[in-house]
Amino acid sequence: MIGVVLALVGAGPTIPDFGRGSDCVRENGQFCLDWVVDNFGDQLLPRLIQHIELTAIAVSIGFVIAFTAALLAHRYHWVKTPFTAFSAFVYTIPSIALFQLLVPVTGLSWTSAEIALIGYTLLILFRNMLTGLEEVPRDAIDAAEGMGFTQRQILWRVELPLALPAIMAGLRIATVTTISLATIAAYIGAGGIGQPIFDGIQRGFRTQFVTAGILAVTLALLADGLLVLAQRALAPWVRYGR
Amino acid sequence: MDTFFGALEFLRDNPGLIWEKVLQHLQLSAAAIGVALLIAIPIGVGLGHLHKWSFLAINAANIGRALPSLALISIGLGFLGVGFVNVMVAMIILAVPPLITNAYVAVDQVDPDAVEAARGMGMRPLQVLTKVELPLALPLIFAGIRTAVVYVIATGTLAAIAGGGGLGDIIFNQPSYKLAGVIAGSMVITALAFAAEGLFAVLQRALTPKGIRGRETATDVLLGPPAIESAAQAGA
Repeated sequence: MIGVVLALVGAGPTIPDFGRGSDCVRENGQFCLDWVVDNFGDQLLPRLIQHIELTAIAVSIGFVIAFTAALLAHRYHWVKTPFTAFSAFVYTIPSIALFQLLVPVTGLSWTSAEIALIGYTLLILFRNMLTGLEEVPRDAIDAAEGMGFTQRQILWRVELPLALPAIMAGLRIATVTTISLATIAAYIGAGGIGQPIFDGIQRGFRTQFVTAGILAVTLALLADGLLVLAQRALAPWVRYGR
Repeated sequence: MDTFFGALEFLRDNPGLIWEKVLQHLQLSAAAIGVALLIAIPIGVGLGHLHKWSFLAINAANIGRALPSLALISIGLGFLGVGFVNVMVAMIILAVPPLITNAYVAVDQVDPDAVEAARGMGMRPLQVLTKVELPLALPLIFAGIRTAVVYVIATGTLAAIAGGGGLGDIIFNQPSYKLAGVIAGSMVITALAFAAEGLFAVLQRALTPKGIRGRETATDVLLGPPAIESAAQAGA
């Protein structure tokens, strides 16, 4: 299948027409703005929204799991090593391989994609959360104890707020990584902006896969930028940049 | 479970095919890493030595991480066409940022006292770099290389959709190789990623000067010190 597809892409202008459309579309130009304008609303935008959903769900569930694990590891130190080893193990598996390895278990589905995507967020989120918690100055905790805070109050009112910059940094990396990996999830039927990339490549329709590729990059950079702003708003006391 | 046994049978029955694709995969990855090292290490080490442009060097890793590999390859497919060059460009773009950031941070954060002492002993700047800064920076530089190698090997799988060969040829070709072949290919690429990770962790440890080897837990030895993956971790 790929071989045929590649022959098509390589052949260029000989491809038959892609519907009505301009000379550019009929000749399969690299980037036909008119096709993008005509098809953004019904072909690309829904995929983009689907992509954001895929990412948001994976990062949210990953956050809950990693947060629980980090709190456990903060209290019971022995949790750290096995959880780090497990999440690092998952993290090292190349994404397309993990997606495919899940197919016999959970099928060609959204579920398989989400399981893998959640798996990839764990290492980053866990490591950042735990580092943030461990780097809270001893003095701040002593002061809180001296003021009569309970363990729970110390956690929620001293440690977590001070760990916030590290937690936000982890959230940012995890989100951007998930956006990137979710493009590949389209291959096992999860939808998202990867779908028009794979479709376009399969049909040999340049404008489609180039545009979808550009949209994926834009989405990732945009999310990164927004999370930087969120980070600064939530933890204004940290000096960013130099 | 049957699928996994099928995959093992596929591995047993097609050693020639697997071997050929693994070799292609490794060649492509090695070529990309080679070029990326030539570009990134001088930049990272140079900037770290001069302690300049920290913002750029440290944020390189963030920008690199934000680029979806599939999107890079698909954009490249439009403009560079099918083949080796497209895939190489995508892999290099992904490998360079973590290399620059880690090399920069590694050299930049070498203990200033050690550098001062070296200068006091009359070392010239180049000697300070090669005899003090680089040896002390080596573990973190290697952490960056390890990250980049694992990225590149993973991305190499996508090479198949742009005609670059490698194990992706099997993984993305279910019509020819059936699910058993796809799963087998996935198992092999996973093993390859772990082998690379392990190899570089061992190298990293071997290259760490004795004086700065700390007390290590089992996980540290297994995973090596984590690479710098974002500006936040680099202290920006």
